Amino acid sequence: MKKIFIIAAIALVAGCASLSAQSRKAVRLNEVMVENNSSIIDDYGERHGWIELFNSNFAPVQISSMYLSNDPEQPKMYPVPLGDVNTRIEKRQHVVFFTDGEPNKGTFHTNFVLTPGQENWVGLYDADGSLIDEIIVPATLTANCTFARTSDGEGEWSIRTGEGNNYITPSSANIIKDSNNRVEMFAEIDENGFGMTIMAMCIVFSALLMLCLSFYAIGAIGKRMSRSNKIKSSGADHKDKEVRAATGHDSGEEIAAIVMALHEHFNAHDAENTILTINKVKRAYSPWSSKIYGLREVPTHERNRR
Amino acid sequence: MSFGDFLLNNLRQFWELTGFANAEFGNFVMLAVGLFFIWLAIKKNFEPMLLVPIGFGILIGNVPFNTAAGLEVGIYEEGSVLNILYNGVSAGWYPPLIFLGIGAMTDFSALIANPKLMLIGASAQFGIFGAYMVALLLGFAPDQAGAIAIIGGADGPTAIFLSSKLAPNLMGAIAVSAYSYMALVPVIQPPIMRLLTTKKERVIRMKPARAVSQNEKIIFPIVGMLLTCFVVPSGLPLLGMLFFGNLLRECGVTTRLAKTASNALTDIVTILLGLTVGASTQASQFLTPQTIFIFFLGFMAFIIASTSGVLFVKIFNLVLPKEKKINPLIGNAGVSAVPMSARISNNLGLEYDPSNYLLMHAMGPNVAGVIGSAVAAGVLLGFLV
Repeated sequence: MKKIFIIAAIALVAGCASLSAQSRKAVRLNEVMVENNSSIIDDYGERHGWIELFNSNFAPVQISSMYLSNDPEQPKMYPVPLGDVNTRIEKRQHVVFFTDGEPNKGTFHTNFVLTPGQENWVGLYDADGSLIDEIIVPATLTANCTFARTSDGEGEWSIRTGEGNNYITPSSANIIKDSNNRVEMFAEIDENGFGMTIMAMCIVFSALLMLCLSFYAIGAIGKRMSRSNKIKSSGADHKDKEVRAATGHDSGEEIAAIVMALHEHFNAHDAENTILTINKVKRAYSPWSSKIYGLREVPTHERNRR
Repeated sequence: MSFGDFLLNNLRQFWELTGFANAEFGNFVMLAVGLFFIWLAIKKNFEPMLLVPIGFGILIGNVPFNTAAGLEVGIYEEGSVLNILYNGVSAGWYPPLIFLGIGAMTDFSALIANPKLMLIGASAQFGIFGAYMVALLLGFAPDQAGAIAIIGGADGPTAIFLSSKLAPNLMGAIAVSAYSYMALVPVIQPPIMRLLTTKKERVIRMKPARAVSQNEKIIFPIVGMLLTCFVVPSGLPLLGMLFFGNLLRECGVTTRLAKTASNALTDIVTILLGLTVGASTQASQFLTPQTIFIFFLGFMAFIIASTSGVLFVKIFNLVLPKEKKINPLIGNAGVSAVPMSARISNNLGLEYDPSNYLLMHAMGPNVAGVIGSAVAAGVLLGFLV
């Protein structure tokens, strides 16, 4: 039996360990540019198409040994190299890979290129070859435009031209936020705070009401169980109404009174060991072991001591 | 350079580093505030466990020094010892540890025996949202108003936790205000309680609570955590740790852990929390008109919370049968200043009937207030982050 528990515990721990791998599943393809004539340049001063990944976790993710590909038949086309500290994406942050077909230029240069004027499939795979995210970039995507999610890591994909609010945002958020929308919404719609008060008090009350009701129920079950145990231990018929009525809840006072009466009646005490052993403890004095110097006593005010 | 010039130059440079050369009027004001807190704690015995570390922290935080010298000693200078200790406040991990200790030292029996008392704890949270409305009126933004209003929960760790998320710039003032008013609960609450209750109500005797089985005590933290956190997952750090601490206490097989959580760990975190919160109140950050507003709002929040707790009991009594009536003097205990506000209920009850002990009854709403304020913090966090 013990072995089963140990195996179950190991399995549970192993399951938890795999949870860290699960966080890689939250990495998303976020924005893709196929033909780049005026957007960002790489470390070598050149322009190429690029793929942006976004870590939608609220924790950093290491993406080394994940794969990028432009061919569904070859999922392990470009492995993100091991041993580069920059492959750790911070929470809710982005990283850009240049699709220049020159992987010898560094970690963020893929071994494939995206082809303008045709549909480009892009896939992101985990180390074990399981697909995490994929997108088909339409053939209509023109130069210097991107195909991007409406919001980081989620939402529909759309073509961005860079004009108006259609920002092209390599290595940064697809929606540029300059304020907290929720706070602004509350400031605008709920100026005096009535809405917040009503909603919040309803939630606080309902949470505690649920707790209250569940403990009425648990208390009732507990009482019934103790009563039924008591009836069982007294050997009486479970259906006997009189017995059931008599075996109500015993208060502390009642129990104390019964114990006191028994004690008086039998003039006896429990057969517990009442021998008190006092051994003298002798230790050689040293200021290092002295309690006086231990400063363990919390100082109290003179008035309180009295 | 002559030897004399060399000595003079070095002494001049040293002088420029000293507190005397860098002192401003604000520093002395804050030093006086720190000394006042220490005086309150030692001489008046007002929450000494909190006010001594905070008061001394204020002294530490307001010793002036030349920030341009790169000494890396200030609490806001990254990498300094104080800054490392302050991380527990700014990142919000001290408060959940304190909640672990509170859970491990709190007996929820009174609440389990009489679950309707939980509603008093809920009603007192109106103090938070009443103060929220007043803060909005005074021109604070909703997130700042929420951070300030949580003072009404009368729960220092919750106030620090929420303000570190919603308004880190106001955290020092909010924490000091919350702890100051918690220390002043014996001064603030009794007049409100007297004003809102009749003599007849003050002598209502409540039935002694039934004995609670160990099974119920074990089920409480588990069900409590699951129910409250399913409703408000943003309250997980506080509620999760509170109920976990309580399970350690009640399960009967982790006595050592419960003892550590309720004694050594709580003491250590209280020392660090109090000291660093105090030290974070540097004059330049603290002495602003906003601080005065925050103290005013904190005072309002305590009054509203105490009032709503007492009034709720009075209204609740209208629907309760005669033998189950609740003494409204325990309404104030919904403010979760544990166990101070419950003690006030008891003392005031004894004033009017020397044999009417309300302490255990008041502990019900008192600990419900702890849960309620954590839920309220979770709600504010959920709405405003």
